[in-house]
Amino acid sequence: MDGIDDLLAEFITDTTESLERVDERLVELEGRSSDEAGDFDSGAMVNDLFRMMHTIKGTCGFLGLNRMAGLAHVAENLMDGLRNGAKLTAPITEAMLLSVDRLKWLLGEIESGQGTEPEGNDDDVISALKAAAEGKSPSAAKAAAQAEAATAAPAAPAAPAPAPAAAKAPSAPAAKAPPPKPAGGDKGEGGDGGERAGDSSIRVSVETLEHLMTVVSELVLTRNELTEIMRNDEGTTHKLALQRLSSVTGELQQAVMSTRMQPIGNAWRKLPRIVRDVSSALGKKIELEMNGSETELDRQVLEAIKDPLMHMVRNAADHGLETTRDRIAAGKPEKGRITLNAYHEGGQILVEIADDGKGLDIDKIKAKAVERGLVSAEEIERMSNEQIFAFIFDAGFSTAAQVTSVSGRGVGMDVVQSNVERIGGYIDVRSAPGVGSVFTLKIPLTLAISRALIVGVDDQDFAVPQTSVDELLKVEPGGAHSIKVIKNAPVLRSRDRLLPVVDLRGLLNMPGAVDENGKPRTADETTEGFVMVIMARGTRFGMLVDTVLRTEEIVVKPMPVVLRGLEVFSGSTILGDGRVIMIIDPNGMRSAASSTSDSSIQGGAAKQAEVEPELLRNSQLLLMFRANGPNRKALPISLITRLEEINLAEADQSNGQWHVKYNEELIPLVWFGDPPSADSKAKKPLLVMSDEGRSMGLLVDEILDIEEDEVEVQIPSEQDGILGAAIIGGRTAEIIDVGHFLGMASAHWFEPQIKKMRKAEAMRILLVDDSIFFRNLVGPVVRSAGFDPIMCESGAQALEKLNAGLRPAVIVTDVDMPDMDGFQFAEAVRKIKAFDDTPVLALSGLITPEAIEKARNSGFSDYVSKLDRNGLVQALLEFTRPTSNKDIAA
Amino acid sequence: MSAASRKENHADKPDGFVTARLANHWFAVPIDAVHEVFLLNRITKVPLSPPGLIGVLNLRGRIVTALNTRQILGFPSGTTTPTIAIGIERGHELFGLAVDEMGDVLTSTRSERERAPSNLDKRWRDLVTGVQRVDDQLVLIVEVERLFEDVVSLVAA
Repeated sequence: MDGIDDLLAEFITDTTESLERVDERLVELEGRSSDEAGDFDSGAMVNDLFRMMHTIKGTCGFLGLNRMAGLAHVAENLMDGLRNGAKLTAPITEAMLLSVDRLKWLLGEIESGQGTEPEGNDDDVISALKAAAEGKSPSAAKAAAQAEAATAAPAAPAAPAPAPAAAKAPSAPAAKAPPPKPAGGDKGEGGDGGERAGDSSIRVSVETLEHLMTVVSELVLTRNELTEIMRNDEGTTHKLALQRLSSVTGELQQAVMSTRMQPIGNAWRKLPRIVRDVSSALGKKIELEMNGSETELDRQVLEAIKDPLMHMVRNAADHGLETTRDRIAAGKPEKGRITLNAYHEGGQILVEIADDGKGLDIDKIKAKAVERGLVSAEEIERMSNEQIFAFIFDAGFSTAAQVTSVSGRGVGMDVVQSNVERIGGYIDVRSAPGVGSVFTLKIPLTLAISRALIVGVDDQDFAVPQTSVDELLKVEPGGAHSIKVIKNAPVLRSRDRLLPVVDLRGLLNMPGAVDENGKPRTADETTEGFVMVIMARGTRFGMLVDTVLRTEEIVVKPMPVVLRGLEVFSGSTILGDGRVIMIIDPNGMRSAASSTSDSSIQGGAAKQAEVEPELLRNSQLLLMFRANGPNRKALPISLITRLEEINLAEADQSNGQWHVKYNEELIPLVWFGDPPSADSKAKKPLLVMSDEGRSMGLLVDEILDIEEDEVEVQIPSEQDGILGAAIIGGRTAEIIDVGHFLGMASAHWFEPQIKKMRKAEAMRILLVDDSIFFRNLVGPVVRSAGFDPIMCESGAQALEKLNAGLRPAVIVTDVDMPDMDGFQFAEAVRKIKAFDDTPVLALSGLITPEAIEKARNSGFSDYVSKLDRNGLVQALLEFTRPTSNKDIAA
Repeated sequence: MSAASRKENHADKPDGFVTARLANHWFAVPIDAVHEVFLLNRITKVPLSPPGLIGVLNLRGRIVTALNTRQILGFPSGTTTPTIAIGIERGHELFGLAVDEMGDVLTSTRSERERAPSNLDKRWRDLVTGVQRVDDQLVLIVEVERLFEDVVSLVAA
């Protein structure tokens, strides 16, 4: 090892601190147990000690500091003994303190010795520790140790002193400036301590920064007060000075705020090294990918998740990924992959640690949980996978068969959990056997700064997280955009999309939400204001406000306890002028977007959204209308481009096809039941559906409403164009079979694809989806593109068919299915030799770049949105090109 | 000033209380439960907020939840908006109890205080731990924890 690099410098700081804490804890523990008070939690303390020694051992191991690692290992064993019920005796404490001293001394030597451990061994201390473990007095060993310490005396006192200064430098919060290169790197002058670092940065406690922030806020308030006084005072002599004070105050505030922020990349710096070391120690090939390292976190949050991240990445490398041989045997790429993703989402910071390894062994976890008496065998059978995964966060829980020096002692995951929860975050575990595991840390923005749009409604201001705002549109009568009303529900057309609009005034029940007569005032064509196009949990909607004032960096403060029930707000913040404003939570708003008929938000419904995100994901916005009969009919809004009103007299008839001029092009018209009479003068609503510049229009009688619900067809229908009946918004409605109408207009719509496909014999496509609605939606689309779709309603059914000899060209499967989900199904398919080369497409309602990436990593060939007809057809065409289809059915 | 937990008084040492007037009643809260007294300035109303809440405000960088003490104690709302509040820290959060007027600090010994009269409304009997006569006024000693129980039940309702 040459010189002290970043990693080592950081290690020295951390370890110095840890050792200091071990020291304190040991002394405290000793003091308390001699008190015989008996009412303190010695278990937690011993656990702490054990963890600290474990961490030191682990880190030393990675850095190749074998002397320290060896010593820490024995000390850790001793603590493990205590953890398992051994009694703390004076010899143990003494031996532990002895080892701490030796570790400190070694650390000092490493610091001054440019990163290498001094010659020699620690047998004396080790034997003292071992003797203590066996209940003997360490006095003999101690004498020997003291002897060595004495010989090392000249070096020992000098070394530890400069260590903290030098090591702390790189992690000090230098405002915006890149972390200074650790001075320790300068080999030439590094030898004798002295003033090696700390010239350009210092370490400041977070409390100091917090205090600074509070004082600055107070200063801002005072300035504002002064400004207010001066406004009424015409004597202008002080104005200039006040102006300067004002701008300096602002600058100061900015500077103080920025001291608290750091990119998460800082916490990731150690990871490549760790992964590399695990990789070489265990002979695995591992690729580490890190995305979003620039995501800024509050320093305090960053500190808290640093160690958890390290543990989790190490776990992923050690336990998550299989050995190279196993991977090859499982038909996976030789190189395992660990992916880290960090991003802001809906007022939270999400950090994902994903591996494409073997996944959590659910049976082993079950067995271990029962064995440890955490739960009874009967109970565990009733538990969901998520509940079972949660056991891995129990102290001392490890399913690793072997205890290696890398990990596997059941330390780690409980620390990870307690660290994350301490800052109010939580960990979400998803895992599929053979596909891998994803650990998602959800950390609240509580301490973080984010950018927000400050918007106004009825003279009150609110903050909207800018990350969730896709677009900002000005609406005014006769302008480029204006609100339309469909049966009391305001909507907006934007970029060929129909967006439901939530009126913030009505939703928040602001004073202006009702007119003089107490009647609710709803947004309509004449409304002026701004609509923010918001993306929340896969749904797009517009949020209507009066004004958009500016964007501002805000420091999110947690919601007061008494207000936590309000889903529409995620927190509050203090603006630069000292006012408190509430931060709107787009996810909370989203559920309100579905119940436009009821202007007040349903607390219960919103809560349910929190508990059952799975359910919500399946629910969608539906346009309700009437056509050919009195029954309500429903069509997903996402399929509709525009709502138009047309005069049938303007339609053009040729060859039995009706066309209407729309946007300078003729689009085919389709309808329910009998063709409309040509000489009708009536205006009729038209639902326009577009695709790659091609469009078609569905004639209906009347537009009724917009509802949000999960579509579950209960009574299938024989009628053309109707899939069947479903309960939408508490009442029955007929669900439209879009495929039927696509077929009616298909001569126009799918012309290019069909021409392409006619050449080959129709290729079989296996479609797996538990929802009849989507089977019936996707099926016709696939068929009209010239394929031969075979439908299955579950993974099990599909496997049966595959095992019975079905050889589809492509397999398309829904991701979210009960019993066997898409990942499990895909894995099962991959196990069948005959389907090695068969492309497997994931189909999902939820489509985010992250989700696509994840699916790709998990062995899916591609990932397509359920509602993206064209994307699916394109993907099918791509995967059935002659080069890639060895398995065409005869 | 600290928000240390209250202790029972064993000896007859005088205790300090902060007194305040609310709807023509004088109340007293133990001085060590009071964080500070502040003006109710620039309150932000929170839409859809539960009853008993006036709004939130910034007190030197801290968010304070201002409580409508009248509503919580079941008094009719006053004719003027309250302008002053007693700040009480609870679970790392700062609450402001809006009052009509602040009074003097009251020092009293245990023997000077009487028990709450038994004909007092049940809710009040839980809330008021004692009564003391000061000049011509009766001052009701309030148990702060109980008051917050009322807040919680009001919010949850």
